[in-house]
Amino acid sequence: MSLPPLRRPAPTRTGFECDPAFVAGQFAAGVAVLVAAIAVASALPRLPWGLVDPLLVLIGSHPVINALIKALTVTVFVTVHVIFLIWLERKFAGWMQARLGPMHVGWKGALQTIADAVKLLMKEDIIPTRADRILFIAAPFLTFMPTLLTFMVLPFSEKWVAYDFPLGILFVLAVTTNISLGTLAAGWGANNKYSLLGGARACAQVLSYEIPMAVAMLSVVTLEGTMSLTEIVKHQQHGWNIIAHAPVMIPAFLIFMVCGLAELNRTPFDLPEAESELVSGFHTEYSGMRFAFFYLGEFAANFFTAGLAVTLFFGGWLGPWLPAPIWFGIKTIAVVTLFMWIKWTVPRLRVDQMMGFCWKFLVPASVVVFCATAVWVMVAGS
Amino acid sequence: MNAYLTAAMFTITGFAFIASTLLISRILRPSAPNPDKLETYECGPLPVGDAWRQFNLHYYLFALVFVVFDVEAAFLYPWAVAFKLEGPYAVAEMLIFVALLLAGWAYAWKRGALEWE
Repeated sequence: MSLPPLRRPAPTRTGFECDPAFVAGQFAAGVAVLVAAIAVASALPRLPWGLVDPLLVLIGSHPVINALIKALTVTVFVTVHVIFLIWLERKFAGWMQARLGPMHVGWKGALQTIADAVKLLMKEDIIPTRADRILFIAAPFLTFMPTLLTFMVLPFSEKWVAYDFPLGILFVLAVTTNISLGTLAAGWGANNKYSLLGGARACAQVLSYEIPMAVAMLSVVTLEGTMSLTEIVKHQQHGWNIIAHAPVMIPAFLIFMVCGLAELNRTPFDLPEAESELVSGFHTEYSGMRFAFFYLGEFAANFFTAGLAVTLFFGGWLGPWLPAPIWFGIKTIAVVTLFMWIKWTVPRLRVDQMMGFCWKFLVPASVVVFCATAVWVMVAGS
Repeated sequence: MNAYLTAAMFTITGFAFIASTLLISRILRPSAPNPDKLETYECGPLPVGDAWRQFNLHYYLFALVFVVFDVEAAFLYPWAVAFKLEGPYAVAEMLIFVALLLAGWAYAWKRGALEWE
């Protein structure tokens, strides 16, 4: 009599394998899109632009149309790069945790975010009956619109800036504060206790960390004597701020980075959405496309904060050989990756630790760095 | 003028982008609401009562200190652009201003405004 084997042989199909033909199709589609994009990009300069140029100049010189074209370009850029950033973040998280991350849709899962976007677009939209309808609907708008507005003054190169605002830094400070309004509206409007706590935390956190961030940026303004972001980059021709003025700029940069993490609600400051205590914080009740806009805004703000750090401390678009916007892109993605590295390394703070660290350490430290910068400028100037 | 125009265009474009995407989504997505689905999700179980009730948020003292420091930053930005014209005198003035501010901050700390209970 033979007993059945103790361990059953592993089933040949678990249902979780991907159909090879399907994967091959996805892959081919990804390659086709890429080839088409490269072909279009390389054909663009060869088109007979001379024929339509006067017309384009005529239309483009109208201030309203000019501003509209800039705004549309930035919107498209924000959407496309966020698709890339989300994929990068997921691959990066997978790599940090010794797993693969998205793999099936497109090359190494490169089209995964697009698939997710299509899925979110077709998801049923749920507005809880007990929610405050107006605030609930307004919240995604209130979070995304200021984020988009900040890109107006971010210089990708000397020419590639939507509007070279002389008070750029002040504009950035004024606009970024408004993002917390959307978070608070989402938290309050959802009529959900966890969302309300998350929204209140987000508001307190963003407002508190804005002080040291503003003072760290104030140090850079003191050093450069201008608030225009393009001027600040041009002043770094002969050495990035963080190297040329290392004794005051390295502390300022560290304070800026910590505050940037807090403003972006990223770990170790992800208390507003702390999934293990607040479900998902202020956007628990959101579904489908409304949720997608919180995500979009968050990643766009991520890119913006990194770009601002690059502009203020790492010489913005300056660099040898490569074109200016590419340098800006490389540096910014490097800083974004640093954010991701921190996010997937450190655990979350407690609320009292988070508030205490800001008010008892960062605020006085940033003020000291600012005073030191003023003295540094006086000493260097004389 | 151009700044207002560009900012207005960015705001309008942002609004139109979200609105049009939501409109496309409205055409594509299914809609099958029922009372259970439209209940507040919270964390799974049926929610008990509304979230809109009075409770102590603990944040209002931070808000007061925030206003003081934000006004300080707003005062110091114009100073930072112009102080090179005035020389060491302006720096000394700024240091006195910041010292007064830090004294107020230390007082707030001593009174327990920065503590979490």
